[in-house]
Amino acid sequence: MANNIDVPQVKLTAKDFSSGQDVRWCPGCGDYSILAQVQRSLPEINVPKEKIVWISGIGCSSRFTYYMNTYGFHTIHGRATAIATGVKIANPDLSVWVATGDGDLMSIGGNHFIHTCRKNIDLKILLFNNEIYGLTKGQYSPTSAKGIVTKTSPYGSVDYPFNPASLALGAGASFVARTADAEPKHMQEVIKRAAEHKGTAFVEILQNCVIFNDGVFDPITGKENRAEKMLMLKHGEPMLFGKDNKKGIKLDGFKPVVIDLNDSKNSINDVWVHDEKDASHARAFILAHLEEDPTLPSPFGVIRQELKPTYDEGVDRQIAHITEKKGAGKLEKLLFGANTWEVN
Amino acid sequence: MAQETEKETLDLKEVTIRFAGDSGDGMQLTGSQFSDTTALMGNDLGTLPDYPAEIRAPAGTLYGVSGFQLHFSSNDIHTPGDTPDVLVAMNPAALKKNLPDLKRDGIIILNTDSFDAKNLKLAGYDKNPLEDETALEGYKVYPVPITTLTSTALKDSGLSIKDINRCKNFFALGLMYWLFNRPMDATLTWLNSKFKNKPAILSANEIALKTGYYFGDTTEIFENRYSVEPAKLKKGIYRNISGNEATALGLVTASVKSGLPLFLGSYPITPATDILQFLASYKNFGVKTFQAEDEIAGITSAIGAAFAGSLAVTTTSGPGVALKTEAIGLAVMTELPLVIVNVQRGGPSTGLPTKTEQADLLQAVYGRNGEAPIPVLAASTPSDCFYMAIEAARIAVKYMTPVMLLTDGYIGNGSEPWRIPHENEIPEIPVKFATDPQGFAPYSRDENLSRPWVKPGTPGLEHRIGGLEKANITGNVNYDPSNHDAMVKLRDQKIKNVVNDIPDLSIQGDQEGELLVLGWGGTYGAIKEAVDKAVSKGYKVSQAHLKYLHPMPKNTKDVLNKFKKVLIPEINLGQLAKIVRSEFLIDALQFNLVRGLPFRSSDIENKIVEILGGKNGK
Repeated sequence: MANNIDVPQVKLTAKDFSSGQDVRWCPGCGDYSILAQVQRSLPEINVPKEKIVWISGIGCSSRFTYYMNTYGFHTIHGRATAIATGVKIANPDLSVWVATGDGDLMSIGGNHFIHTCRKNIDLKILLFNNEIYGLTKGQYSPTSAKGIVTKTSPYGSVDYPFNPASLALGAGASFVARTADAEPKHMQEVIKRAAEHKGTAFVEILQNCVIFNDGVFDPITGKENRAEKMLMLKHGEPMLFGKDNKKGIKLDGFKPVVIDLNDSKNSINDVWVHDEKDASHARAFILAHLEEDPTLPSPFGVIRQELKPTYDEGVDRQIAHITEKKGAGKLEKLLFGANTWEVN
Repeated sequence: MAQETEKETLDLKEVTIRFAGDSGDGMQLTGSQFSDTTALMGNDLGTLPDYPAEIRAPAGTLYGVSGFQLHFSSNDIHTPGDTPDVLVAMNPAALKKNLPDLKRDGIIILNTDSFDAKNLKLAGYDKNPLEDETALEGYKVYPVPITTLTSTALKDSGLSIKDINRCKNFFALGLMYWLFNRPMDATLTWLNSKFKNKPAILSANEIALKTGYYFGDTTEIFENRYSVEPAKLKKGIYRNISGNEATALGLVTASVKSGLPLFLGSYPITPATDILQFLASYKNFGVKTFQAEDEIAGITSAIGAAFAGSLAVTTTSGPGVALKTEAIGLAVMTELPLVIVNVQRGGPSTGLPTKTEQADLLQAVYGRNGEAPIPVLAASTPSDCFYMAIEAARIAVKYMTPVMLLTDGYIGNGSEPWRIPHENEIPEIPVKFATDPQGFAPYSRDENLSRPWVKPGTPGLEHRIGGLEKANITGNVNYDPSNHDAMVKLRDQKIKNVVNDIPDLSIQGDQEGELLVLGWGGTYGAIKEAVDKAVSKGYKVSQAHLKYLHPMPKNTKDVLNKFKKVLIPEINLGQLAKIVRSEFLIDALQFNLVRGLPFRSSDIENKIVEILGGKNGK
């Protein structure tokens, strides 16, 4: 529970968070699931809806703000995190959320994103990652797989993609998590965890674009693959996956390997136990890059959470400290400065 | 502290001094110390810092020369002076670069120690001008071994040779204090606070300053010293102020007077950075400064803060405005109050970062995609930046619009005495936030066509805004052709309404006649001096100066029509002239010099004489 936000008097429901505007995403778009999970999660975070602000940039994802019955600002391409930063610094009492996409956040908005993470500004950033430009009708994005054939890469893209979780970790985000549109319950849990976190909370949501990149995540989140390919992280618990959770991840030095627990020479005690608050960053990076080895699953849940003072708190604390030291500013004194002379 | 002296003191009405040396020689500091002391003595003054973009350009080179010009007087003055009477040249390059500007019989004070073979070569002198009888003919030359005298005085200081050499500017300053009869107190006080934790450096600079002062008194080379009586300025309490500090003070004042917390989102850029630096130190006024990752985050964070209910500001220079352009359009569309300060510099591109220009007017008025009108204001002098910053904030919150305030490198860095207003002389800035959910609509309009300002956190008023076209009243996204047409015209009319809220354009001098010189921004002082001189010679010429460029005062056309001819001097290729022609169908005459420097008043005066020819009324 965000501890600087008032508790509402009446319990809200998902419906309270619907703006009543017609939702205009394509039928079957993964964004519908995200909107539904957010609307179901927000009543649980105990923040009055007038203190919630949604900021978005440009792209399909960024239409999100229009559908939320909170304060909202649909801004310009790439700048959502920078605008949200201004909102949060100006009024730290607000719960400020960013709805953004892979083009908006990782391409045109990349600079603002890394600096938001670095400064630990208390924003909740939901990345709707569909690995494609949707609103401009199908061009490869900075998270698209190398080789993808799109309208601007008719012979296959030669770009290497970003790994969003790794980028966020590298930039210093204090909360990094992953979830998927196909996992509604899991998404709700992750959203609530992000809401409770004080600091930059980055959530990558694998989101299917039914028109321009349909099924891109099926090898991971598809019904037939999810058991083998989705590693559901739980703090303090061993990393198990596979049918009946009989496979585990073992750390062999810095190298993660799969061990089969059906094999009697392997023990549950050999399995890597997830520690979100691990003092070292190294293991969080290993997790973020896990699926680069095709024998390993893709991590979901909270990869890392670090508790440290936020930027907006720092600004307020400094103002309070200097004001206490110097006294509240007096305009007359400021205008007259140190070196004056009088003309009679 | 002035010493008893045997030498005759000559009274001067006004003096222009230029300090010049390597960019590492401390000329800016020397000049600003001399200015502060001179201001405290009650002279009117104008300054022109002129330095290279490189922090420490290679020593001895022509392009590494840094200068600081100061004009002070017992009269009311308006410029940093056209031609220096005195040049202090710390090396051959400084002499070579500045000599052409010096008055024909001017004084030159030279640091002879630096006139060695290497420095002479770097400056491009084939022959040492000190040994060349013709090179400095007609000038009063005072050769002083400043480096030797400083290091001799500091030989027991325990400092390194490098540190000792760094004190030579204070020797030069002390000498100039003696020559122009100024006390050392203010500089000694400044040194004490600046170096209170570095006693050795403090003591060395004090010794260098005093050694320079007493050298003037004891040496035989100066036959006179000079004094300039205090100016007869309007009664009041004064301080010396630069335009950038005045802008910062104006913004804090607007914050206090509106009751809105001040938020500045900004990225360091020459010559605007000072404003960010000043505001960062006013924490006990609740000022929040956000040094953003880039220019775009500077303005967008400010837009976020405006949405949250702050007095939001971004400060920059031309290239920064180019980067902020799309975001200004967002603030136009979402009708949020925002002050954008452009301290103009030489362009295009990186251009001349440390030099002045006024070539961003068309960018300010028109430079956005779509029909995106915003009010544009321009300050005319360093101290006027204070009042125009307050004006920009007042108009922004009243009309729910971004407002651009144009200053420039010259008035931003230059300084002048400012008669300080008392807090209670400055009007309040009324601000109203919507709080009542009854009948609330985010794009409803008041009598000025402004929409309501709502702070997120207000129960019952949750709403969404954004960069897509808005339906009038409801603010919902709307692509309807007639709505777009109506909204484009409504946004335009809202900015036009500002005309009812700004002062008329006043005419200085005859209220009608042959010639009006119309200016805007930082050229005020040079035009004023030129017009005053021309009038004193019998020419029929008047002055008007625009501080509101968009919209312009409602009597502007009437004013222009009272004169047979209108001359518009600008440090650009005629941007105001272009607007005047298109708005008023008046074929204004142009005078354009784009040298990275303020106008010399004599250039404008010559143009006036050229236009009026024989019609001077004599």
